[in-house]
Amino acid sequence: MVDRNPWLNVLSHAVLILGVAIVAFPLYLALVASTHTATEIVQAPMPLLPGSHLWENYRDALLGSGKLGSNTNVVRMMWVSFVVAMVITVGKIAISLLSAFAIVYFRFPMKMVCFWAIFLTLMLPVEVRILPTYKVVAQLGLLNSYAGLSLPLIASATATFLFRQFFLTVPDELVEAARIDGAGPMRFFIDVLVPLSRTSIAALFVIQFIYGWNQYLWPLLMTTSEDMYPVVVGIKRMVAGGGEAAIDWNIAMATAILAMLPPTLVVMLMQKWFVKGLVDTEK
Amino acid sequence: MASISLKNIVKHYGSGKSAVPVIHGVNAEIQDGEFIVLVGPSGCGKSTLLRMIAGLEEITSGELRIGSQVVNDLEPAKRDIAMVFQNYALYPHMTNYENMAYGLKLAKVPKDEIKARVDKAARILELSHLLDRKPRQLSGGQRQRVAMGRAIVRQPQVFLFDEPLSNLDAKLRAQTRIEIQKLHADLGITSLFVTHDQVEAMTLAQRMIVLNGGHVEQFGTPEEVYHTPASTFVASFIGSPPMNLLHNPPGAQAGRILGVRPEHIDLAATERSWAFAVETVELLGAERLLYGKVGGESVTVRVEEGRAYPKPGETTQIAPRPDRLHWFDAATGKRLP
Repeated sequence: MVDRNPWLNVLSHAVLILGVAIVAFPLYLALVASTHTATEIVQAPMPLLPGSHLWENYRDALLGSGKLGSNTNVVRMMWVSFVVAMVITVGKIAISLLSAFAIVYFRFPMKMVCFWAIFLTLMLPVEVRILPTYKVVAQLGLLNSYAGLSLPLIASATATFLFRQFFLTVPDELVEAARIDGAGPMRFFIDVLVPLSRTSIAALFVIQFIYGWNQYLWPLLMTTSEDMYPVVVGIKRMVAGGGEAAIDWNIAMATAILAMLPPTLVVMLMQKWFVKGLVDTEK
Repeated sequence: MASISLKNIVKHYGSGKSAVPVIHGVNAEIQDGEFIVLVGPSGCGKSTLLRMIAGLEEITSGELRIGSQVVNDLEPAKRDIAMVFQNYALYPHMTNYENMAYGLKLAKVPKDEIKARVDKAARILELSHLLDRKPRQLSGGQRQRVAMGRAIVRQPQVFLFDEPLSNLDAKLRAQTRIEIQKLHADLGITSLFVTHDQVEAMTLAQRMIVLNGGHVEQFGTPEEVYHTPASTFVASFIGSPPMNLLHNPPGAQAGRILGVRPEHIDLAATERSWAFAVETVELLGAERLLYGKVGGESVTVRVEEGRAYPKPGETTQIAPRPDRLHWFDAATGKRLP
């Protein structure tokens, strides 16, 4: 775009800087808050510059201390979150790859029924189906377990459609060439289709990981013991208070910062794959 | 023995009442080592026929043999064939070496044997320096050569080519045509080549099958097809510019069509010559094409450069050479003996 007006440049930069500031400011405050003591934070005005208690706060948060109302150490909670997010992500990608493969490349009776059934599930987010799901999981004895936390969330219509759209762009001749080379359906799937889907898989990995990491309602409902809380539930409990105990904002903020790290890492790591996949899109 | 035998091959799409017949009973015997071209206009069924021989389409009825084996129900990989596609169909995420080696890898050929075969094919096709690159880093002609390499390493009984030159530019097409001829001379493997381009057919074929609407119009050598076309379709399809077909030639019986090629008509006034009203003249360098009318029917005449020729609007006498006339039945279009 040939832009002759230098003021437009200034304006776009100003808008972008403003946007970044609005988004980043709360994060900055949280980071600052996690470096002070609780009393320093609640004093007005709130401190805007980092304090000196960084290591203490993070250590307390990670290892758990006797000071808090909810006492779980963050390491445990982050581990739970991580396991759940990874199981959901890997499970979703695997299941969706296979179901998209079936829908695109095979003919079988009731194929269209299956297709539309999968499509219909898009109308049913977690919240809508939560009561029946709770009952089933309780009856299966999976309450308060990793399986119970991740299995109900592991099927994904969106991912299936994404892969379906992608598979439809793979030229038929590739399938025929593979057939002539002697590749059966699963060989073709593993050797040709999955490598070609790398970009889609990377994109979905990021989206599903963040989705799994941020799960709040379902874990809240079905976990009863503190050591099975994912970290987002943990943060909420820290600030719940109820008034009887003073809230340790510094620890809560430290936990929040820690909770943000893994998704950020995932996005940064996967970006490399994204871009690589976008750059070499020629068949 | 890699002969191919087609007996009454029929293909329908769909079934029952809504079946659409596409191939109507093709019969052909192809000898071991022959280079056969399947040629015809778009939609005549040549690609369908090739795909049925490859095993990518089902044969509705009829018998297909490769060698002495009936292969109607065999999977493509078991028919000992290799195919080169119009769009190359190379695996984009694999290197060229891996592309060529893939079929052998699946057949569990030992690694050093694979390397030997791929290196040999790469040498023949002058691809040795490109083996570590990916297809997207190659030009169209190079990709097509990798696709041919992939076919060669399988050491099949039959090569199948599905319009492999159609995606190449004109100069590359001519080059690759010659490479295919050399390959066939070196390796001697039975080959089936599909094209809609009659020039490719004439230059590459030892024998050609001219197809039209799912029917075999003629199966013969390029000489036979050019000099004794079996029907008006073959007559007008082969040869450029196409043969003149006159329904009412001056001084001839009714119910017969006269065919004579533009290159077999002289500008001369004889007792049997025709009045030719010139409409357009095309200058092609080595020759000139005169388009005009004889008795209301369009006729093309080819004149060599250097000879005098009439201008548009003039009328002149043209004489077809008497030994180069073809007669066809007006009702059936078939050649009259």
